[in-house]
Amino acid sequence: MRRLPVAVVYLAALVPLGWIVWLVLSGGIGVDPVKEIEHRLGKIALWFLALGLAVTPLRRLTGVNLLRYRRALGLSAAFYVGLHILAWGWLDMRWLWAQMAGDLLKRPYLVAGMASALMIAVLAATSNGVSVRALGARWRVLHRLTYPAAALAVGHYLWQMKVITPEGWAWAGVMTGLLALRLLPRGWGVTRRA
Amino acid sequence: GAAMMLAPAARAAPRDLVPNSRKDITTYNNFYEFGFDKGDPARYAGRLTTDPWSVRIDGLVERPGSWPLDDVLKGMPLDEHITRLRCVEAWSMVIPWIGFPLAELLRRAGPRPGAKYVAFETLLRPEEMPGQRRRSIDWPYREGLRLDEAMHPLTLLATGLYGAALPNQNGAPLRLVVPWKYGFKSIKSIVRITLTDTQPVTTWPALQPTEYGFYANVNPRVDHPRWSQATERVIGAGLFAPRVPTEMFNGYAEEVASLYAGMDLRTFY
Repeated sequence: MRRLPVAVVYLAALVPLGWIVWLVLSGGIGVDPVKEIEHRLGKIALWFLALGLAVTPLRRLTGVNLLRYRRALGLSAAFYVGLHILAWGWLDMRWLWAQMAGDLLKRPYLVAGMASALMIAVLAATSNGVSVRALGARWRVLHRLTYPAAALAVGHYLWQMKVITPEGWAWAGVMTGLLALRLLPRGWGVTRRA
Repeated sequence: GAAMMLAPAARAAPRDLVPNSRKDITTYNNFYEFGFDKGDPARYAGRLTTDPWSVRIDGLVERPGSWPLDDVLKGMPLDEHITRLRCVEAWSMVIPWIGFPLAELLRRAGPRPGAKYVAFETLLRPEEMPGQRRRSIDWPYREGLRLDEAMHPLTLLATGLYGAALPNQNGAPLRLVVPWKYGFKSIKSIVRITLTDTQPVTTWPALQPTEYGFYANVNPRVDHPRWSQATERVIGAGLFAPRVPTEMFNGYAEEVASLYAGMDLRTFY
């Protein structure tokens, strides 16, 4: 597993998008394709955010080190966040700019989602080697934006529901757990493979 | 039951409305008694027993009682009524109902002087309605209308769809249709109708009073706090269809605006 090339992760990350395209082409997307595409893209972004946040706890708990795939997971999350926003603006809102701007100012769940997306855009833009070297120690600090970005993303997801579903509560629980693990003292768990 | 035996004798004015496909109407439902996903009602409502079914009519009426559905429908003028449905979530459909004006049933029950509101209740049967096993909503689902809204000829009780019996996921065997209000007012699978002198407590305003009002008239100028109501997505129009402007009272202003003369619709939302 640890010898798997990173490129495989990037390719695998395209599978959910391929699945959506297949559903659209085959008519399996349902009678409300716009909402379905928009929601699926957002949900896939959440999965990649959660997987990226799981890398360090997994190493601490089991010694399995997937650190070299973390950038691919984060960039995949950013990719789906971008597609999610594109689906919102293009398919859902049909670029009704005035209504979109009004909604963005007035609707807290959209503000939360957009704030999360902006943070994820900054993280993606500074994920390359040049930025890592240029930012030095500040890079680690900057990339702690992952935590508020993930929290706001789940907040955005729950906030748009009329009634919070069991799946919504599960996401809240998983993300809270992943973020709470960051509060443990440094060096907990398995730090070196036996 | 009796609902599906008839061929509609007369059509209500079609208003150039083109109904959604049967698939649209029967696979995309908000009926939280069967789950939160819009596909859940079609997946799980099949197990609901709708025969036998009875409706209790009580409160401020001359002839209270509990009637088997066949007795409720006896002599009712069942017709096809093609109406718009606008969901509070900002999507819309057009639905060819089979039904009759609620007013006919209310007149039969005989509203007593002092009756001002009509309260409705959905069936409570968690063993057949999996969503009711969760405490997310204070079941049973409750809705209500002012008596003059309830007596309006556009307010229907529906028993069928596309000339056939109402599928369970659409609220079989008897549901309300109030086309100028957001869809959640059109309560499904009704077991009780109560005439009262005070405004009844209804499910959504009780759950989220800042987001849902008792009236819930379709109104593009009064936003839901979390989304605009200015435009809507037309279900079935395809991936690249434009959003369309939402009409005041969902396009039924001519018929119903007078019911609200002098009322501030921002206050009574």
